[in-house]
Amino acid sequence: MILLELFWTFFKIGAFTFGGGYAMLPMIQSEVMAHGWMTATELVNFIAVSESTPGPFAVNVSTYVGAETAGLAGAFAATLGVVLPSFAVILAVAKGFEKFSSSTVVRGCMSGLRPAVVGLIAAAAVSVGQTVFFPAGVSLAALTSLSCVISIAIFAVMTVLAAKKVHPILIILLSAACGIAAGFLQGA
Amino acid sequence: MEKEKTKTLLQLFLTFLKIGAFTFGGGYAMIPLIQREAVEHRRWIRDKDILDIVAIAESTPGPIAINSATFVGYKVCGAAGAFFATLGVVLPSFCIIFAVSFILRRFEGLAVIRYAFSGIRAGVLALIVRALVSMYRQCPKGVLSYLLMGAAFLSVAFFKVNVMLVIAGCAAVGLVSALAAKRRDAQ
Repeated sequence: MILLELFWTFFKIGAFTFGGGYAMLPMIQSEVMAHGWMTATELVNFIAVSESTPGPFAVNVSTYVGAETAGLAGAFAATLGVVLPSFAVILAVAKGFEKFSSSTVVRGCMSGLRPAVVGLIAAAAVSVGQTVFFPAGVSLAALTSLSCVISIAIFAVMTVLAAKKVHPILIILLSAACGIAAGFLQGA
Repeated sequence: MEKEKTKTLLQLFLTFLKIGAFTFGGGYAMIPLIQREAVEHRRWIRDKDILDIVAIAESTPGPIAINSATFVGYKVCGAAGAFFATLGVVLPSFCIIFAVSFILRRFEGLAVIRYAFSGIRAGVLALIVRALVSMYRQCPKGVLSYLLMGAAFLSVAFFKVNVMLVIAGCAAVGLVSALAAKRRDAQ
């Protein structure tokens, strides 16, 4: 039952993500890629699409995976799944919110979760790095290949721009331009 | 009375529809928009509630956009308000991405699109690194913190441990250490 599986998978992703945006990436990598709904390369491509369209990453990625896997009903099931945990938890705690957020239990859990999320995003970055630099597997020959060197150069320039707080959409557009230029030069 | 409520629900829906349609990158990018719309324009909540929203979004699971829409909707108009605000914030994204999924398929074979994406992927990695650095800076420092960071990284990157297990484990360690600290203070 594909719809139920989409719903349940994204329900887990929604329930186990703390903090916004890329904090969700490790869960998506492990759950979505394990089902074979998206390859590593497709996922990285889609991050760029999500950055360039409005709305939260979570909703964008669940809608996309759902639509690709099972059409409109799939998009609906996956999005409902990712939204539901957060909706239900907020409804449950909204009334006694001050008590909730200052309780020892919540503060204690958060003190463990925040560093965990940093470690998990670092792991996600390593895995994305493999996809970007070594799409055919890590090896010395791959490292010295032209496409790998180009990727490293683009990454280095964009990291500097990102550190200077250049807007993400501009970074994506510039990277696209570099990729197109490099592609046609190599082809020529 | 009923009419008044229907009007508020409609306003909640439309306001969050607008917020959902104009926030790129989601999450924290949405907070200033919520402030402008819900505090200054509609006067549904007060300025200090915005801080509550950030705190609650960080300490509950799920995307920040959904957390904050649900929270504001609930404050203004109860469970029905929460529903309409959340529906509003999700809808633009849902429709746009649903449309995009058809377009992407159609053009992915073109050489120019393939080249573009091979460059874009390197740029995306730079964006992830930036997010990583900023989350590291915001994270409270300490021996336990560094240990958990390292353990989470190694267990997922090299030992392929289930991510949910790592999250639950780190939360449990944090909880135990907070309870132990409380007990020490009490003594």
